[in-house]
Amino acid sequence: MANNVSHTTEYRTLGKVLLFLMLCTFLTITVTGIHLGPFSVTVALLIACAKAYTVMTYFMHLKYESLLLKLLVGFVFVLFVLIILITFIDYAFR
Amino acid sequence: MSSGTEKVEYVSYLDHQGKYKGILGWIFATDHKRIALLYMYSIAAFFFVGVILGLLMKIELAAPGQTIMKPQTYNGIFTVHGVIMIFMVVIPGLSAVFGNFFLPILIGAKDVSFPKLNRFSWWIFIVGSIMAVASQFLRSGPPDTGWTFYAPYSTTTGTSVILATSAAFVLGFSSILTGLNFIVTIHQLRAPGMKFFNMPLFPWALYATAWIQLLATPIVGITLVMLIAERLFGIGFFDPNLGGDPLLYQHLFWIYSHPAVYVMILPAMGVISEIIPTFTQRKIYGYKAIALSSLAIAGVGFLVWGHHMYTSGMSEQARWFFSLLTFVVAVPSAIKVFNWLATMYKGSIDLKPPFLYALSFIFLFIIGGTTGLLLGSVATNIQVHDTAFVVAHFHYIIFGGMGFAFFAAIHYWSPKIYGRMYDFKRANIAWGIIFVGFNMLYFPQFILGFQGMPRRYFDYLPQFQGGQLVSSIGGFILATGLFLMVRNLVLGARKGEIAPANPWNGSTLEWQIPSPPSLENFDEEPVIKQNPYDYE
Amino acid sequence: MSEKHNHVEEHRDDEASKLGMWLFIFTELLLFGGLFIVYSIFRHEYYQAFRESSLELSVTIGAINTIALLFSSMTVAMALTAMQKNDKKTALIMIGITLLMALVFLVNKYFEWGHKIEHGLYPGSALMPLLDRGHLLYFSLYFFMTGLHAFHIIVGMVLLFICLFKVKNGSIHPEKYALLENGALYWHLVDLIWIFLFPLMYLIS
Repeated sequence: MANNVSHTTEYRTLGKVLLFLMLCTFLTITVTGIHLGPFSVTVALLIACAKAYTVMTYFMHLKYESLLLKLLVGFVFVLFVLIILITFIDYAFR
Repeated sequence: MSSGTEKVEYVSYLDHQGKYKGILGWIFATDHKRIALLYMYSIAAFFFVGVILGLLMKIELAAPGQTIMKPQTYNGIFTVHGVIMIFMVVIPGLSAVFGNFFLPILIGAKDVSFPKLNRFSWWIFIVGSIMAVASQFLRSGPPDTGWTFYAPYSTTTGTSVILATSAAFVLGFSSILTGLNFIVTIHQLRAPGMKFFNMPLFPWALYATAWIQLLATPIVGITLVMLIAERLFGIGFFDPNLGGDPLLYQHLFWIYSHPAVYVMILPAMGVISEIIPTFTQRKIYGYKAIALSSLAIAGVGFLVWGHHMYTSGMSEQARWFFSLLTFVVAVPSAIKVFNWLATMYKGSIDLKPPFLYALSFIFLFIIGGTTGLLLGSVATNIQVHDTAFVVAHFHYIIFGGMGFAFFAAIHYWSPKIYGRMYDFKRANIAWGIIFVGFNMLYFPQFILGFQGMPRRYFDYLPQFQGGQLVSSIGGFILATGLFLMVRNLVLGARKGEIAPANPWNGSTLEWQIPSPPSLENFDEEPVIKQNPYDYE
Repeated sequence: MSEKHNHVEEHRDDEASKLGMWLFIFTELLLFGGLFIVYSIFRHEYYQAFRESSLELSVTIGAINTIALLFSSMTVAMALTAMQKNDKKTALIMIGITLLMALVFLVNKYFEWGHKIEHGLYPGSALMPLLDRGHLLYFSLYFFMTGLHAFHIIVGMVLLFICLFKVKNGSIHPEKYALLENGALYWHLVDLIWIFLFPLMYLIS
């Protein structure tokens, strides 16, 4: 009956998520200060992925969505990564 | 007609009076069936423009040297032919026309999930089409880049490339919205009891197609925007003089445009999978294999784009990798063909016009598909790359495949769409002429290509004269056949005999409702069979 | 835990529109995806130039914008929570804060771009063709990607403004809030893209 197909996330949870995201931002800025050479991109991207995962899971309520939607989101990201990797088969060996 | 009786009279979607009357009742319609017909009429009109441009090229090529046009006009004409045929005819073709009309009916729904978005898709399709046609008449002259808009030529030529690419962008947006609508419809609006594996195979094919439309089109969209920005601001993404990389354009373009080939052919395969069980009165062989092979084609099809670029300077590793994947993607297509043949085995075959078209689809698709393998292997590709061989190959796939499937679909479903039957004898004659003309037009181009006739050339050496002449004559035979076919269909739709609800003894849901269907398709909830092709 | 096959329910329209919004988000992700492919390839080819060019950008401004977007992402999620709890006032305040943060982002961006344009660093300027290829491509990509992102911010703001009015006049209410939910999803998308843009553009020293 009721229209509440969506999960209600408590304010407190949202606040905690923001805190975590801020922490990640701080971390990623600090890490670039340290010279990690080629790994600095990797670290920056890993942190960005963690942030994106958190935003999707909690802010976008993906945690409470159907398995189907979760799979679709995963599929889109995997597809994109595959496309980039395959493009680099050309560029890395040229 | 005017029956003031107490009984509610049956009103089909064609006669239904909505908020608007006359032509506005069509332009503002949200009914998926009316939108489908709007697409069909506009696509048919664009198709005939494309055909005429094709014939002009054939006249020009009938003899070596200049015959009826200047070289620059020829460049414009093959570009316009490509843009119209690809972006305005074959990409929207089956999914926007028959997908719109029959997807909701086949899954037992009253309409698509977002009817207003559907109407909006058609509107922007028309806007994009007008832009594409307008680009031909600007003072700067029609674009002469070919439909692929390869950089850096497209970033430097003086012709109206910007308008043509914007048109392709808008048309792509329309395609995305249609795909989005179909995916949501299939997920949300299946009739009670219809699981994914109870769906007929045309919806399955549309589902796979819709994912490609949704995920691949944005990439070409952004590529075309980059191309426009490069022309306007001199950003050097693709122009090597500015530090860009022309190969990058080809990568991005084919990341979309190769999957787009599957946008064209997957719904065609879906149509054939509907027609073959009906005219053999047999349960389709390997239902799950056909259904899942659509998804497999869509999935792997995303990763094979590089086989368009073997000769353009990619790394060796990328070439063999793309070649490998290209051979992999041929497997699910072959699975489908074998299953169709197995369905026909021991069936009670009924050679009606739709089935004739379906059979010729299989024949032409096999020719197109196997020559595709020749192009997919790196070594042979280098011999035939950018020759008439490629032209022949993709016309066998796109026209022989998607085109013939479209004709099969219109012959199969037009009794349902209009409630009237066309003349079988004339339809068979038209089919024969089209089939002969088609093969005469394109088969010689395989040979010419092998001998070294390049594609997109205005002139050629005298040794190619024979093949070119046969090809040109074939073009006119084909056009005659098309004219006869359309005439027969139009006559049938307007004055043909009243068609029964189920003229072919089909088993899927569209044959259980009256012809033409009512506004909401189903008056009572349809009963879902375990297998949609149950003829026992 | 309602299963898929159980789809003849009252609220299936809301579910359809949410699924539709997610699919639209996928297309947006791949739209930017195309640009990220271009970025990664040029960065691979002109590694040094990209590093040098990124020093021209102010990490502080980038960080402020990141925080503004993250914060606005939270407030729009809170607006949805408030709506679900039938707390119209909080919902309105939260949407208001989100819009304010969006404005902060745009003003910040305006000054950042303005600074570049003052120095003649913009596509089509007289200076740009004089730069070497790596720098040229970096700044072209910078303007192209942040420009497209800013355009999405503006679209998102329009969408949230509509939500604001609809919450106010009561056409979005605790029984029917699909529009607000989709507006929020769109806003999170804008945030998602920035999460990747920020380290890739500003933090490659």
